[in-house]
Amino acid sequence: MADDKNPFPGENNTGHVWDDNIRELNNPIPRWWMIGFWASIIWWVAYGLLYPMIPLANDWTKGMLGWTMTGEYQEAVEEITAVRAQFEDQISALSAKEILADEGLTSYTIASARVLFGDNCAACHGSAGQGNPGFPVLADDDWLYGGSIEAIEQTLINGRRGMMIAHGKMLSDQEISTLANFVVGWSQGQEDPAGAQLYKDKGCFGCHGQDGKGLQMLGSANLTDAIWRFNEADKVAGAAYTIRHGVNDPSDPQTREAVMPAFKDRLSENDIKKLAVYVYSLGGGQ
Amino acid sequence: MQLMIKERVLNASEKQIPTTTVDDLYAEAGHWHVNTGEEKIHAKRMGGRWRTLKWWSNAFWLVFFLGPYLRWDDRQAVLFDIPNRQFHIFGATVLPQDFWMLSLLLLFFAILLAVATAVAGRVWCGFFCFQTVWTDVYTWIEDKLEGAPQKRRKLDEAPMDARKLRIKVTKHALWLVIAFFTGISFVAWFNDAYQLWADLFAFEIGTVALVFMLMFIAGTYVLAGFMREQACFWLCPYARIQGVMIDRTTVLPTYDFQRGEPRGRVKKGQSEEDRTTGDCIDCNQCVAVCPTGVDIRNGQQEGCITCALCIDACDAVMEKVGRPKGLIRYESLDVLEGGVSTPMLKRPRVWIYAAILTAALSGIIYGLSSLDAIDLKVIHARQPLFVQQSDGSIQNKYTLKVLNKMSADADVDITVSGPQGLVLVGADEPISARHGQVSSRTVFVRVPPEQLVSESTPLSFSVTTVYKGERFTSQRDSVFIGPKP
Repeated sequence: MADDKNPFPGENNTGHVWDDNIRELNNPIPRWWMIGFWASIIWWVAYGLLYPMIPLANDWTKGMLGWTMTGEYQEAVEEITAVRAQFEDQISALSAKEILADEGLTSYTIASARVLFGDNCAACHGSAGQGNPGFPVLADDDWLYGGSIEAIEQTLINGRRGMMIAHGKMLSDQEISTLANFVVGWSQGQEDPAGAQLYKDKGCFGCHGQDGKGLQMLGSANLTDAIWRFNEADKVAGAAYTIRHGVNDPSDPQTREAVMPAFKDRLSENDIKKLAVYVYSLGGGQ
Repeated sequence: MQLMIKERVLNASEKQIPTTTVDDLYAEAGHWHVNTGEEKIHAKRMGGRWRTLKWWSNAFWLVFFLGPYLRWDDRQAVLFDIPNRQFHIFGATVLPQDFWMLSLLLLFFAILLAVATAVAGRVWCGFFCFQTVWTDVYTWIEDKLEGAPQKRRKLDEAPMDARKLRIKVTKHALWLVIAFFTGISFVAWFNDAYQLWADLFAFEIGTVALVFMLMFIAGTYVLAGFMREQACFWLCPYARIQGVMIDRTTVLPTYDFQRGEPRGRVKKGQSEEDRTTGDCIDCNQCVAVCPTGVDIRNGQQEGCITCALCIDACDAVMEKVGRPKGLIRYESLDVLEGGVSTPMLKRPRVWIYAAILTAALSGIIYGLSSLDAIDLKVIHARQPLFVQQSDGSIQNKYTLKVLNKMSADADVDITVSGPQGLVLVGADEPISARHGQVSSRTVFVRVPPEQLVSESTPLSFSVTTVYKGERFTSQRDSVFIGPKP
């Protein structure tokens, strides 16, 4: 072990020698290492001066640059807003129909409205407008209030409220069954003279039209197409339920609900325009 | 193999040392010289066969300097346009979608390195590597300005005066000029070369281009001017990797120790018949000319880049002393030790490497020759898979993505073939496909339910465009999903 007498003098060793010739040298640290060491310290000091670094009791050192993480986030948001601004400006200057005429603008609108749709529409209408039990499909071409871009925009702005009187107290069970069977058959191209007569006698045509195709002004359903607003596995039972309890009839507690809320107070004009374009492009726009 | 020769040479000269104690081992270690750059290598330059060859192989790098200025149609002939994600190689445009070819290209070059090394040693290092070539040109300038190695060493040690300053400034200025052209030439492969010069003079050069240019200028100046052989010794992985690619049949610049040893100086008045020493006259010329400062007589070693300049030096000396040339020559270890050489075609690794090379090359040729002008991808909407329409028909939604690889925008027509009665909605207008980009379009297909016999029915989209009178089509199969029948 260590010995007072150094057997390797003039070698810059620490005087610790083991096994006769293994000794610990006291060489200077390499210069490149020392440069890196001091550079790191200078870096640390500079960083501490420029950026927030040391937490204090109720505060922290702010740094000379005034940099904050939220500030950087805000800057990034401003940046992306500036990128979007050119499109957003165009969108506010154009009508929804004019946006649809521009393929580039349409794809921007669809991309940016996807999030809006997810936040505001998907809960009822499904993530891709595929509908949910009791809520209409937006991807088909059956529109109670019209499938033109203007009509869709109106629906979004003012909302819609379906309306059908509950007929349970006006019609007998037999009549309800006949009518239900008749309208379901109608949509499948079958003819039923007795049902047709009852349809006429009971004044159904007042809302649904002579030809049964419904009136978009009223939002009455087209009874002759393949799509049922209240789609159930047993179509006849579903139709009978609707006839019996109506839609949004306050006098019947079992009435069907069909309310589309108005979005004019919730979303900006641009957002509504974008959503109209998005819904129109889901597959059923007319 | 490297070790074996070293041992052999050592045994010949130091057999007597008894390596009984640790101290003796340490003493022996002192004989091993490891070049860690404490002493600057000033290699002697002399003419010869291999020197001439080296100039020719150096000239290969002129392609690097001049290539970017070639034009093709109205653009740069070879342009690696990274911001726009397209590589132009003469007539062909390679987009990220074709990048599988890059892996084959890398494989090709990796195996090319392996096969060249297995057959003839570090051909890349000795003749083509940028480190070797740039160092060679830098030291050529040094040699022209400062003179032969002794003069250079003297100048390095001399105190600074007007003459030394003039020479040193001139040298470094010339080095920097080469470094500058290296930097700008590199960047010119990735930016339009003529535009780059214009931007440079207008001080409008882009940040990325500038940073890369400065990196390459600094890299060239430091690596070729100062690091030199140290880069080969301590930075470059190939120096070490290539050692394992060499075997006993590889022909390398080798010192014929059977003929040369024991080495001995020429004694005045002694006739050749009385000579007891080998052919090596121990003049150290082979060490003097070596750009990495190794002694080839110690056998193949990691510092040897097989540049063959020692062959020139030794041949010149052998000619002077009237002994046969080729004491240092391209030879395999097998021949040196036993006189037997395996023909190249009987070496399995030559065949295996050749097979891989051929496979990679044919893949690249196939890829380049089958680059489509337009490419269609079809994405079937998954949510919802299908929607019933008011007339009872089933509708599916597809997103078509058309990649236009041509150099001009094109109008692309969409058609679809599938079950009977199918109606394509949203494809009346052709897609205007921007060149070098992917343009997408959402279309709908409606099929009457009676035509659907199963949940999934095959369907095929195709896009067509006409460009310069030629018709290009791309087809893509997809499916039509309907309700359970």
